[in-house]
Amino acid sequence: MASLIDIRRRLRSVKNTQQITKAMKMISAARLRRAQERAVSARPYARILREVLAKVSSRVREIQHPLLAEREEKNVAVLVVSGDRGLAGGFNSNINRAVLQLLSEKGWESVTLLPIGKKAVEFARRRRAKIAEKSYPGIFSKVEYATAQEIAAGLSAEFSEGKIDAAYVVFNEFKSVISQAVRVERLLPISRAQAALAEAPASEVEPIFEPDPATILARILPRYLEFAIYRILLESGAAEHAARMTAMDSASNNAGDMIDSLTLTYNRVRQARITKELIEIVSGASALE
Amino acid sequence: MASRLKLIVVTPQKQVAEAEADEVQLPGELGYLGILPGHTPLVTLLKAGVLSYRSAGTAHALALSSGFAEVSDDVVSVLADLAEEPADVDTAAAERDRASASEEMKTAGGDTVDEVRTRLEFAQARLEVARR
Repeated sequence: MASLIDIRRRLRSVKNTQQITKAMKMISAARLRRAQERAVSARPYARILREVLAKVSSRVREIQHPLLAEREEKNVAVLVVSGDRGLAGGFNSNINRAVLQLLSEKGWESVTLLPIGKKAVEFARRRRAKIAEKSYPGIFSKVEYATAQEIAAGLSAEFSEGKIDAAYVVFNEFKSVISQAVRVERLLPISRAQAALAEAPASEVEPIFEPDPATILARILPRYLEFAIYRILLESGAAEHAARMTAMDSASNNAGDMIDSLTLTYNRVRQARITKELIEIVSGASALE
Repeated sequence: MASRLKLIVVTPQKQVAEAEADEVQLPGELGYLGILPGHTPLVTLLKAGVLSYRSAGTAHALALSSGFAEVSDDVVSVLADLAEEPADVDTAAAERDRASASEEMKTAGGDTVDEVRTRLEFAQARLEVARR
């Protein structure tokens, strides 16, 4: 049987751990709220961007743009969006698993990984996959639109030059606070259906275009890509906090259970010892009679 | 004819302004555009500059970096990369941006010239808005 001192030590260490996990949960909850607010404030832009895109594209007879060119996928870039930190349940490992699957589907040789987040960078190095020259560790403390712009610009340039034939992104979708799902989406070439290029015009009146629909479309499409990446970064950031919150919550609960059972054992051992001592005293006294 | 315009200005980060307006002036790519209620549907590219609008007699202004605007059914939607209200403008930072951009302007060529020009114009627009 474990001695009293051992149990007490164990109890103290579990209590400390619980304090840490509780604190981490609180922090994640606060960060999650902020991340959600940012995601919400990006929504009006998304809505209007779609509207304008639909309106413009319905007026362009033949939509031709380098970012829409479908080619055979010989070289593929994969954006791996995971977190900067661990201790978030399956958040990072789910991404890693999805990436591994994608790698074996497309062939290791043809895929270049573009890791976003420290954990993604570590993963790509460990697996010795082909890594793009630029990676983005540590961006999730503050997601900036400029970062998304930079990533989008890099991808579009490579795509237009023909260095890559497609770009995918693997990220955690924020479904709800307790549920995140790994999604794999194609970023490039921009899918026509997704970009609402097929939608019917909303108004019957022919709008005036300045300078002309094709030029406007050429300017909007890169924005669309930038914004898609920005949205994914925001969403993944929110999902990371949500995952960590859930993980830390269950860790705190587990620690609580452990504290309960340790306290129980501790009291039992203590009682057993007292009883034993009493018996010793009583039997010692009775031996003297 | 509808009486007033509804103006919505958004950037990827947030909604900057939502207001009723009697008249809106947009920095169009081909020159400034004045929008009055009852304007025909319009989609236009915007360059960096000052967006100004009048609502109930008072004039307001915003500094925009490049983007788009859409007008339909008396709703003016402006999608800008960046937008700043006069109160948010940091004059010193804008001045610095302007100086560095105009410096780069001398050496910029080909690909970068548009981007540098946008930065320069945005800095100028911010200064102008702050001065009003």
